[in-house]
Amino acid sequence: MRKVLSGLFTLTIMVLATLSGQQASAAEVNVYSAREENLIKPLLDRFSDETGIRVNLITAGADELTTRMELEGANSPADVLLTVDVGRLWRAKEADLLQSVDSDVLMRQVPSQYRDSDNQWFAASLRSRVIVYDKERVDPSELSTYEALADPKWRGDICVRSSSNIYNQSLVASLVSHNGLDDTQQWAQSLVENFARSPQGGDRDQIAAVAIGQCQLALVNTYYFAGMINSTMDDQREQASRVAVFWPNQEGRGAHINISGAAVARHAPNRQEAVQLMEYLVSDEAQEWYAETNNEYPVREGVPVSDTLASWGAFKADDLALEQLGIHNAEAVRLMDRAGWR
Amino acid sequence: MSLPQSIRDTPRGYLPSGINARHITLAGILLLCLLLSTPVLTVFSSIGQDSDGAWQHLADTLLWSYIGQSLLLMLGVALLVLLIGVAPAWLVTMTRFPGSRILEWALVLPLAMPAYIIAYTYTGMLDVTGPVQGFIRETFDLRFGDYWFPSIRSSGGAMTMLALVLYPYVYLLSRTAFLEQSVCVLEVSRTLGASPWRSFSRVAVPLARPAIFAGLSLVLMETLADYGTVQYFGLSTFTTGIFRTWFGMGSAPAAAQLSAVLLIFIFCLVIGEQWSRSRSRYHHTSSKYSQLPRPRLRGWKCWAAMIYCGLPVLLGFVIPFLQLAWWAWDTRALVDFSNFGELMWNSLKLAFIAALIALGLGLFISYSKRLQPGLAMRSSVRVLGLGYAVPGTVIAVGVLIPFTWLDNTFDAWMQAQFGISTGLLLSGSLTALVFAYVVRFLPVSMNTIDAGLGKIKPTMDDAGRSMGMGSWQILRRIHVPMLRTSLLTATLLVFVDVLKELPATLILRPFNFNTLAIRTYELANQERLTEAAASALMIVLAGIIPVILISLSISSSRPGKSSEKEKRHDNR
Repeated sequence: MRKVLSGLFTLTIMVLATLSGQQASAAEVNVYSAREENLIKPLLDRFSDETGIRVNLITAGADELTTRMELEGANSPADVLLTVDVGRLWRAKEADLLQSVDSDVLMRQVPSQYRDSDNQWFAASLRSRVIVYDKERVDPSELSTYEALADPKWRGDICVRSSSNIYNQSLVASLVSHNGLDDTQQWAQSLVENFARSPQGGDRDQIAAVAIGQCQLALVNTYYFAGMINSTMDDQREQASRVAVFWPNQEGRGAHINISGAAVARHAPNRQEAVQLMEYLVSDEAQEWYAETNNEYPVREGVPVSDTLASWGAFKADDLALEQLGIHNAEAVRLMDRAGWR
Repeated sequence: MSLPQSIRDTPRGYLPSGINARHITLAGILLLCLLLSTPVLTVFSSIGQDSDGAWQHLADTLLWSYIGQSLLLMLGVALLVLLIGVAPAWLVTMTRFPGSRILEWALVLPLAMPAYIIAYTYTGMLDVTGPVQGFIRETFDLRFGDYWFPSIRSSGGAMTMLALVLYPYVYLLSRTAFLEQSVCVLEVSRTLGASPWRSFSRVAVPLARPAIFAGLSLVLMETLADYGTVQYFGLSTFTTGIFRTWFGMGSAPAAAQLSAVLLIFIFCLVIGEQWSRSRSRYHHTSSKYSQLPRPRLRGWKCWAAMIYCGLPVLLGFVIPFLQLAWWAWDTRALVDFSNFGELMWNSLKLAFIAALIALGLGLFISYSKRLQPGLAMRSSVRVLGLGYAVPGTVIAVGVLIPFTWLDNTFDAWMQAQFGISTGLLLSGSLTALVFAYVVRFLPVSMNTIDAGLGKIKPTMDDAGRSMGMGSWQILRRIHVPMLRTSLLTATLLVFVDVLKELPATLILRPFNFNTLAIRTYELANQERLTEAAASALMIVLAGIIPVILISLSISSSRPGKSSEKEKRHDNR
C-alpha cells in the first residue's frame, strides 16, 4: 500500500514538474494590465509578431491587479504591470511589488520626471487634465489656473466627476504638493461650492454637460475630449464642437500631467522578456500608435502627435516629479472627503 | 452527494461508541460550510487590525451617508419590487386578459438584463445630454435649466434601475406560491363573502408571504452587493465606500470594518425574515387541486391589468433591449466581432459549471438541514447565506487570500522536499473563479431548494421511512422528483447570475481569458457605451433562454394542472 501511494505521489510530482517546466521553456511574458484589452492588445500582438515572444494578458483595475500580485507573492506569474495612472505605480513600488530596471533604452527615451527615481517604473504615454469651456459663454481670458477655479465668480458653473476617480485624486495630489495641505483644503471647499451638479458620470459626460449648457467649465483628460472630436457618433462630435480646451497654469508651473506606465514585477519569472516589452513600449512604432489610436501624448520628444492634439498647439507641462502624486494620494482623498466632493 | 449513502451503509458496530452517523453528517456539513465561508471570514479577520486613522476618518465624514444611502436604496427598491412583483404575479395566475399568456413568461425577462447594463442604457437615453432631453430642448426651443426633468443619476434613478431588473425574483417566487395554493382556501374565502381583492390581500398574499419574503431578501441582498449601478450613478453606498476606503485610501482594515457593518445589515435582514415567519409553518394541508378558475377580465379592468403587467416588461426589458440593439447596429463597423464566439463560450461554460456545483451543494445542504435541523446546522447555513450580499470584489479577494496561501505553502513544501516549484496551482486557474461563484451564488440555489423542500410535508419522509427507505433513497425517490421545478429554477437562476457577474470574474480569471461581461465592462469603462452594446446584447440573449425555461417550468408545475401528472405522483 505504501509503495503504491509513494508511486502515485512521485507520478503527480513528475506531472506537475513537466507542467511548470513547459511553462518556463517557451519565450513568453505575462502582463497584468490596467489598460483595457482593446487599448493594449493590438500593440502586444505587434510585439509578439516582431520578437516571437508570446504575451499572456490579464486586464483589470490597477488596485485589483496589485492586490492579486501582493497575495500571489514570490510565485506570482506577473512579469509586467501596466497602469493608466502614476499613483498606482507608486503604490505598487511602496508595497515592494516592483524591481529596478537597468536599461539604457528606457533611460535615454523617458525623461527623468516621467520615471521613478529608483528606475522601478517608466511612463509609456502622457495625458494632461485640462479645463474645457463653453465657447459661446466663456471668454478664455477669464481663465488662468486650476487654483482660480475656486473663485466665487464660477459659482454653479463647474462640472467634474467624482473624487473616487483616480485622475481627480492625482490632480488634487499635485496641488497638495505645490500649495500645501491647508491651501488645497480651502481650494477644494470653494471648488465644491462652484459645482454645477453633484459629481457624476465620466469625463465625456462632463464635456457633454458643458456643451448643452448645464455648466460652463469642466475638468477632463485630454484624450477623452480628443476621442469625442474624432467620434463616429454624430451627437458626440456635435457636442465636442461647442467646447474648447484651455491649458491651465501656463504662466506658472504648467498643466497637470499624468501618465500611463509600465513596471517589471518584483518576482518576474521572465525578467528579460519583460524589459524587452517595456523597451518596445517606448519605441517609435508604439509611441506613434498611442498617439494615433488613443490621442495620448508620446513620452518621447520628436514623435508626432495626432492631428487633433496638434491643433491644440504646444503647451507647458508641469514638471513635478510624478512620484509626488503617489505620495500625496491618500491625503488628497481624505481632503476631498472633508470638502464634500462626492 | 455520497455522504448519506455511505453513512447508511456503515454498520453501526464499526463506529466508536457514542458517535453515530448523525454526528458524522453534521461534522461533514459544518466542514463544508466552513470551507465555503472562508472568503467571507477571511475578509472579516482583518477587522481587528489598526486602520491607521482611516476608520476614524470614515466615521467623521462619510460613514453615515453610506449607511443612510444604502438604507434608502433598500427601502426604495423593496417598495418598488413589491409593487411590480406581487400583483402582476397574481393577475397573470388567476385571471385572463389579452396578452396574459405571454406576460406569464415575459415578466421574467428583465432577469436576463444585468443591472449595470440597464443603468448604462437608460442613462444614455435620459441623461441631460441624451436624445430624450435633446429632443425636448429642440422641440420647445429650450436651454438646459428652462425645464424640469428628473435626474437619472440619483437615488431614485438607481432604485428604479435595480427594481426593474430585480423584481422578477419576487414575481417568480410569489407566482410559484400562488400556483401552489389550494383552490379550496380561495373558494372558501369567496364563499365567506370576500371580494376578489380581499381574497387576494387577506388570503393569498399572507399565505404566500414566505415566498414573497424569500424573493424580497434576494432582491435586497443583490441591492446591497450592487457596485456597477451605484458607482456609475456616483452614489455613496456601502459598496462604493468599501472600494474607496480599500483602494483610494489604501486601508484594507477600514474596508473590512466597513464590510462588517454591511454584514450586520444583512444579518438583521436574514433574522428579520426568519422572525417574520416565526413558528408558523406553511405546508399545504389539503391536496385538493383543480384547474384554476381564471376569470376573463373585461372593460377597464382588462386595460388596467394589461398596462399594470405590461409596464415592468416594457421598461425592464423591451425598451433597453431595443436601445441596445439600435446601438449595436449603429456601431457594428467599430466592434471587433472576431472573438465573440470564444467570449460567449467562456461565459456559458463558467455559468454552467458553477450552476451545477451550486445545485449539488445546495440540495445536499438543504436536505441535511431538513434531516437534522439543529442549531449548529441552522447557524452555519445562515453564515453561508451571507455570501450573496457581499460585493463580488470582496468575495474575490477573500478567495485569493486562502488560495494563494495554500498554493504558496504547498510550493514551499515541495521546494524543501523535492526541489520542485509547483507555482500557483489553484489561484491562477478557473478553480478559484468557480469557487468564488459558488460562494456568492450558493444562497440563491439553497433558498430556492429550501422553499421547495419546505412545501413537502414531513409525513412524506415518514411514509418513506416506514417503507424501509434510507435518507438517500427518500431524497432520490421522493424529494428529487417532487422538487424537479425547484431544482431546475435553482440551476437556471445561478446560471443567469454567473452570466451577469463581473467583479469576481475580472480579478480571478486566468491569463488570456475573457467573457462577455468583461468585454462589455471594459468598453463602458472607456465611456464607449454604444460600442459596448453589442456584447451587452449577447449577455442578454444568452440569458433569455434559461429565463424563459424557468418561467415555463413554473407554469407547468402546478399540481393538478393535468390529471395524468397527478396520477404519476400518486404512483410513486
